[in-house]
Amino acid sequence: MLLPATDVIYYTTIMNNSGASAINTVRIGNTSSEGGTRAFSIEVGGGNCLPFHHFEGTIPHRPVIAWEIPDVRPDDWCDTVKGPYLDFLGDPLRWARCVVDEKGARLICLDLRGARPDRENRSAAQSVELLRSILKSVPVPLIIRGPGPGERQNGVLTACAEAAQGERCLLASAVAEEYKTIVAAAAAYGHLVVAETPIDVNLCKQLNILISDLHFPADRVVIDPLTGGLGYGLEYTYSVMERIRLQALSGDGMMQMPFINFVGPEVWKVKEVKVPEQKEPQWGSRAERGVLWEISTAVALLHAGADLLVMRHPEAIAVVERTIDGLMKKG
Amino acid sequence: MKLTGLQIFKLLPNKNCKECGFQTCLAFAMKLVAKQVRLDACPYVSDEAKAVLGAASAPPIRLVGIGTGEREVKVGEELVLFRHEKAFFHKTAIAVQVDDRLSGDALGARVREAADFSVERAGERLCIDLIAVKELSGEPERFVAAVARVREMCPLPLILISRNPACMRAGLKAAGGTRPLLWGADRDNADELAALAKEAGAPLVAAPGGSIDDLAQFAAELAGRGVDDIILAPSPAGAADRLAAFTLLRRRALSRAAPGTGYPTILSVPGGGYEGAAAAVGGICKYASIVVLETPSPWHYLPLLTLRQGIYTDPQKPLQVNPGVYRIGEAKPESPLLVTTNFSLTYYMVSSEIEASEIPSWLLVVDAEGQSVLTAWAAGKFNPEVIAKAVVAQGLDTRVPHTRLIIPGYVAMMSGDLEDKLPGWNIMVGPQESADIPVYLKEVWTRLGT
Repeated sequence: MLLPATDVIYYTTIMNNSGASAINTVRIGNTSSEGGTRAFSIEVGGGNCLPFHHFEGTIPHRPVIAWEIPDVRPDDWCDTVKGPYLDFLGDPLRWARCVVDEKGARLICLDLRGARPDRENRSAAQSVELLRSILKSVPVPLIIRGPGPGERQNGVLTACAEAAQGERCLLASAVAEEYKTIVAAAAAYGHLVVAETPIDVNLCKQLNILISDLHFPADRVVIDPLTGGLGYGLEYTYSVMERIRLQALSGDGMMQMPFINFVGPEVWKVKEVKVPEQKEPQWGSRAERGVLWEISTAVALLHAGADLLVMRHPEAIAVVERTIDGLMKKG
Repeated sequence: MKLTGLQIFKLLPNKNCKECGFQTCLAFAMKLVAKQVRLDACPYVSDEAKAVLGAASAPPIRLVGIGTGEREVKVGEELVLFRHEKAFFHKTAIAVQVDDRLSGDALGARVREAADFSVERAGERLCIDLIAVKELSGEPERFVAAVARVREMCPLPLILISRNPACMRAGLKAAGGTRPLLWGADRDNADELAALAKEAGAPLVAAPGGSIDDLAQFAAELAGRGVDDIILAPSPAGAADRLAAFTLLRRRALSRAAPGTGYPTILSVPGGGYEGAAAAVGGICKYASIVVLETPSPWHYLPLLTLRQGIYTDPQKPLQVNPGVYRIGEAKPESPLLVTTNFSLTYYMVSSEIEASEIPSWLLVVDAEGQSVLTAWAAGKFNPEVIAKAVVAQGLDTRVPHTRLIIPGYVAMMSGDLEDKLPGWNIMVGPQESADIPVYLKEVWTRLGT
């Protein structure tokens, strides 16, 4: 009988959550009675326990999947995820209508990537025009994703925020170097913001504090911890989310925002979804590999606390919806 | 439960005899806490003290081995609920199941596919760990034939699945001393299966059905019968139940307060296709020590093994590659030079994209303490000073006389500073995402006409 030679610390956290601390409930979209034109609004967050721990807490809202709709032809998308959308590539309006009417999408993420100067360089006015037509003919709540940090982002998102006044859209994303304009636009026109930080607990909290210092309500903020796809840093995102969520549940008000993960854009660019079967026969069917890569990334993130998942492939979305059913005890 | 020095001291004889080599029993106790000395250095320690200290020093979850030799699979001995608290240690073992009703060819094909799967990723070889042979025929001879066939075909350790003691006895014999995992014992067959496990020195799955309280009680009873190596098989009704059962078992085991919970766990994933994979992902993330894929499609293997690799890396030690200059393809002095950090995933992404571009290049990897570009930049580990130093240290002005350096688009803001620090160099801003490197190299670099 001897004590182990290595210095093993039996260090563990046993959660004893009294239920006093909960994640903020964030409502996306305004119906006509709330000053908007959405057919319904969506609520996420609100849970007072770790993800799907029904045995020790309450989880009032299920995680929600947003369907990604690019504003221009996504020529850089992998062919196996473009496949299901071949009829609408380059026609975001029909694309959005189809996923809502035929696939049952309850939330869409309009990706204004075409406004990037190194892409189609579309003007803010063009983005606004598209947004207006989508708002008019697609009744679901909306995430509006700008072209990425920089001056263009501010111009496009501010113009879109104004055009969508009162619709309570989720604007993506505010970053530490440049958050004031987007937060101000969200405040002025009644929207929500995504606060994006690079896989770091402290930077996440710091940005949330900066945003709240602008007197922007905490229940209108969603955390983007920055998503690594499966095999490309997923475990970092996973652990940062667990740490943020544990702090939130132990009472840190600057961490109690729900999470959003941009799964689709991260997954569909990696080598494993692109490499053809002939090159790596062991990797299996490329089409199925891609769908499974998106499912695996999304399901792992759900276990870390994801509240909003932005996804691409209809089959992956269907499977993850059913997985959520099961985890919410409905399947 | 970790004992303090004072708690250990109270269990010592307090004779201060110095025979342990220390001046006082208290000094000895402090050395015990620091694990710098073994308890048996004290000649007078009581049996009671041995028992208490022994229990306190045993891991909260038993380490259980399946199989023998090189391919032995070890599961258990986990110490935390969340990987960021320390790390997860013994990777979820992935098993592929065949059953004894399959024809010899179908069984052979399934086993071959699983056993042959091997992909290198981030410096590690990813493989299936176990083959599970399930008895569904009710006939010992068929089970024996299936087990024998699997053994003949591959060296992977086995899981034998049968509730029928006669079949299990026959299957175990066919497994011939390879210490397969026996799945499993329930209220009806406990006597026979426990005897078989003890006789063969094989680990045994406790699978009585019912709640996790029933499971823990049953496991404690098996331990009482002298079975040391036990694996717990909860029987959840759905995904939410599965998460609850595995989470509560892990928690109770770590708290050491619940007898019969300090063992590894096993999850069987019914169904193939995407749904099965989604369930397996849940098992890998949340506390299954072994995941058995009942009807896997081979394209399950890569994503699941990749996920497991990520979840089981040590979060305190990011995977790093050695800093230096990497030659990708047949790079020549006039080939492009790119710079990135030594976080292994960053390196693998960047290098694989350069490879995909089919433009041979040099890749300068700087020591950013294993962080990705953005994280390292935010933390001040990937800045103009660090990069300039690496360029000079590697003598790159002579190795690539064009003196053009492509930096990641995410750190475009440092290009001016970097040019100041590297006189004579032309700093070019590459794309933000590694996925855009091929287009960049083809369009921007090729246009330079170098």
